[in-house]
Amino acid sequence: MFSKLLTVLETLPFSAEWVGLRAVRENRHIRTLRDQRLARHGSVLSQGVMVEVLCQGQVGYGAVHSLSPHRIVEAAIVAYRQAIAAADWTLSPTEMSSRPTLVGEYQSPVEQPFSSLTSADVIEVLHRVGGALKVSDRIVQTIAEITLADVESWFVSSNGSQIHQSFNRVMTNYEATAQAGSAVQTRSDNGWKARSYQGGLEFLVSEDLWERAQRIGEQAVELLDAPDCPTDCRSLVLAPDQMLMQIHESVGHPLELDRILGDERNYAGGSFVKPEDFGQLTYGSEQMNITFDPGLHHEFASYAFDDTGVPATKEHLIQNGKLLRGLGSLESQARMKVPGVASARASSWNRPPIDRMANLNLEPGDTSFEDLIAGVERGIYMETNRSWSIDDQRHKFQFSCEYGRLIEDGQLTQVVKNPNYRGTTPEFWGNLVSVGDRQSWQMFGTPSCGKGEPNQLITVGHASPVALFSEIEVFGGDA
Amino acid sequence: MLTEVNLVLSAENFSASNLTESLPPSEPKLSRAETLERAFEVAIGFLKDLCQTQEQFTLSLMAEQSQFCRFNRAKVRQTGQVLDASLTLTWILGSRSSYCEFPLSGDWDYDRTLMLDCVTNLRADLKHIPDNPYLVKPEGDRCSHAVHRGQLLAPDQVIYQVLSQVTDLDFVGIYSAGWSVRAYADSVGQFHWFMSEAFSLDYSLFNTAGQAVKGIYAGAIWNQDAYQQNLARSVDQLKRLDRKAQRLDRGKYRTYLAPAAVAELIPMMSWGGVSEADLQQGGSWLLGMRQDDRRLSEKLSLIENFGRGTVPRFNDLGEVAPESLTILNRGRLENTLISSRSAKEYGLVSNGAAQDEALRAPEILPGTIAADSILAELDTGIYVSNLHYLGWSDRPQGRITGMTRYACFWVENGELVAPIEHLRFDDSLYSFWGENLIGLTDTQECIPNVESYDRRSIDTRWTPGMLIEDFTYTL
Repeated sequence: MFSKLLTVLETLPFSAEWVGLRAVRENRHIRTLRDQRLARHGSVLSQGVMVEVLCQGQVGYGAVHSLSPHRIVEAAIVAYRQAIAAADWTLSPTEMSSRPTLVGEYQSPVEQPFSSLTSADVIEVLHRVGGALKVSDRIVQTIAEITLADVESWFVSSNGSQIHQSFNRVMTNYEATAQAGSAVQTRSDNGWKARSYQGGLEFLVSEDLWERAQRIGEQAVELLDAPDCPTDCRSLVLAPDQMLMQIHESVGHPLELDRILGDERNYAGGSFVKPEDFGQLTYGSEQMNITFDPGLHHEFASYAFDDTGVPATKEHLIQNGKLLRGLGSLESQARMKVPGVASARASSWNRPPIDRMANLNLEPGDTSFEDLIAGVERGIYMETNRSWSIDDQRHKFQFSCEYGRLIEDGQLTQVVKNPNYRGTTPEFWGNLVSVGDRQSWQMFGTPSCGKGEPNQLITVGHASPVALFSEIEVFGGDA
Repeated sequence: MLTEVNLVLSAENFSASNLTESLPPSEPKLSRAETLERAFEVAIGFLKDLCQTQEQFTLSLMAEQSQFCRFNRAKVRQTGQVLDASLTLTWILGSRSSYCEFPLSGDWDYDRTLMLDCVTNLRADLKHIPDNPYLVKPEGDRCSHAVHRGQLLAPDQVIYQVLSQVTDLDFVGIYSAGWSVRAYADSVGQFHWFMSEAFSLDYSLFNTAGQAVKGIYAGAIWNQDAYQQNLARSVDQLKRLDRKAQRLDRGKYRTYLAPAAVAELIPMMSWGGVSEADLQQGGSWLLGMRQDDRRLSEKLSLIENFGRGTVPRFNDLGEVAPESLTILNRGRLENTLISSRSAKEYGLVSNGAAQDEALRAPEILPGTIAADSILAELDTGIYVSNLHYLGWSDRPQGRITGMTRYACFWVENGELVAPIEHLRFDDSLYSFWGENLIGLTDTQECIPNVESYDRRSIDTRWTPGMLIEDFTYTL
């Protein structure tokens, strides 16, 4: 592929300050069983090339769904014309320094290759998962699904970059829905496709799979008869599978530099964070340490280079509660004059890179889960995101979880259904009292972080320990 | 015949030297939808030749050529074009099926190789997967062909035409335009083709306090005067945001939801709503209406209306939906969306729904409140222009949470007093589309769906505004 792209680069019929070609080939295999019957079996091949051309300080792009050289040249000509047409209207001239020269490669760690099981083998596992989920007649629906994706990208540029990255992604989702009359409760395996990882089929069959599946079914039934979550202010302990969403929505998105620069205001929104807040703002309590970590083994959005070819390294965005840097490309960093990270990412060949999250994690503390619960006199423990909503400045949020348990005098007690909570971002993170230790830490991800114009869905990873927040407004289904 | 597809620069005749003298025309030949239709027909013929006696197939095409210009502060942030065409081939043997999605480039050698690989892989898959008792096989003799041409701005004219009108404004948004194709064919000879050319300019205007208005100028024929009038209305609305924003306490307020705000609620009908499968499997908020005889306000009626012709009537199984289907009739659940698969599984009759059983041409019927007297009807309360980021807070109870967004005002005695600081609402459709629904305005607006995940949407939603008593705000 490199030689094909380099040949195209050498034969382009125009001169420009910089040209980048990013070819992507993605193969996805989808298997879904509903109620132990095959509901979906298929594969998706998506391949094409994004050409970016920098002329007179403006980048134009052309994208085509083919890897044929003559098609790529046509896309390049389109990109060139786009750049020229916009040059007099550029928001901020793009400097060559935002397109460094790098050569390198990346490969996801894989222990058990996708080819080690046949499609029939995978279906058999999912069928057994469905059986384990259906613990009673009150379970009216089970879902067991897996998506396996091989993604390769090749990036070459007129200033000498050559980067090859190969990603193997595994996403599983198991759900059980219990019903009694019009009362319905669904329990899932840490949330819809929260078990998204880079790796192989070692993430399909693990030691705890059958126990997990049975527990999902049992808890769905248990929730039917549970009382509603109380409505009051109390201590809140969030499991890592809900911290996934809390970090994502109230830390990740507000720290994206393009939101702060206003590029995103017409769609996803802006941010309550201002340019002058970097290095100054106390974002949360001293327990709060947030890292951008693109190198964490098996985390879903690991990579070595972003989609503009910038090498990715681990960085603290928030350290001991203080905001240090944002999520943004070299281009955005230059526009805003604040430090960022290598996070200019595109969902595929047909979208240009924009400022995104990747792996964004809350670093563990040193309190065990048991000690953390023992220190709570009156609180609630919540697991697994059910729904989420936050305003366009990433300030006022509300989350629903699948499963709650009251905490009374340091003990986990009554199971409650429909646990919800709401708050505002700085106050919420300011009330972070305690962070769990490494043993309580878990890694999750999602394939569908949406943003951008045109819209893009992208992979992200979030790892976190359990976390304790004080004085949070919680409520149930009738509040 | 096959070479007729290859109307573009081919790999064989391409060389750099024939381009260096002058660039090709600004519209490369590969951008033509006609070329794509020919390639689709060739693909169908090729697959029919491959298809053996016991086999069947369906073939769907989704394609677009898109011009995207993204703006911030009345300047260009990003600009480019995307050409994409994707076939979904479902191969059927007995009661088994599997599908493969792959690109259709229009270069025959390239496409033929991909298609052969797909068919080989699908045949191999079918040996190892279980039977599907609810498999829907292609049948019938339905064909359709619809082409809706537009008059779009030339790509090199877009930026000037859009931005030269807004140089003194904090203008942010995206212009999206081009052709879109939805097509279907199968081994029994059914064929549907739907092509439309359209544009949308989805924008916001901000003032220095960070308050904003939302505008959408969309259609098939760009008209500079109409664009300027659209802008002028938004500018006028922006001036009303100059007053200091008022902070309201959480609580219940009489509320007017403008059509664009109501349009944000309509997708909740497709997300655990009108799907028969969702109702059967416990995933629909409408379960209370079916099982417990709960009702919404008799002022509320929702239909699927394909009569406007802006979206194809055929679905992903090649079936043609009725021109109109009533979903909610004066507050009662009259029909759900039933796909052929659900019909087989639950012993029902399909009503032409797509396999995902989502609304494709939703329309809320108008009411009786004069739209031009809505402030007087609201009297004292909140005027909500747009809603944002909706999610279920308790789906079985029909409870939704979300935010107010853009130009929202506190109104007293029928007069706009001041913009508000944005509020979070959390309320049940059984309440605010039920006994708390005071009424709907007497005119509908067409709100285009401007989303572009994977591809540009071609959907629209028709809806009036809604006046609601005691709408619940929680933060």
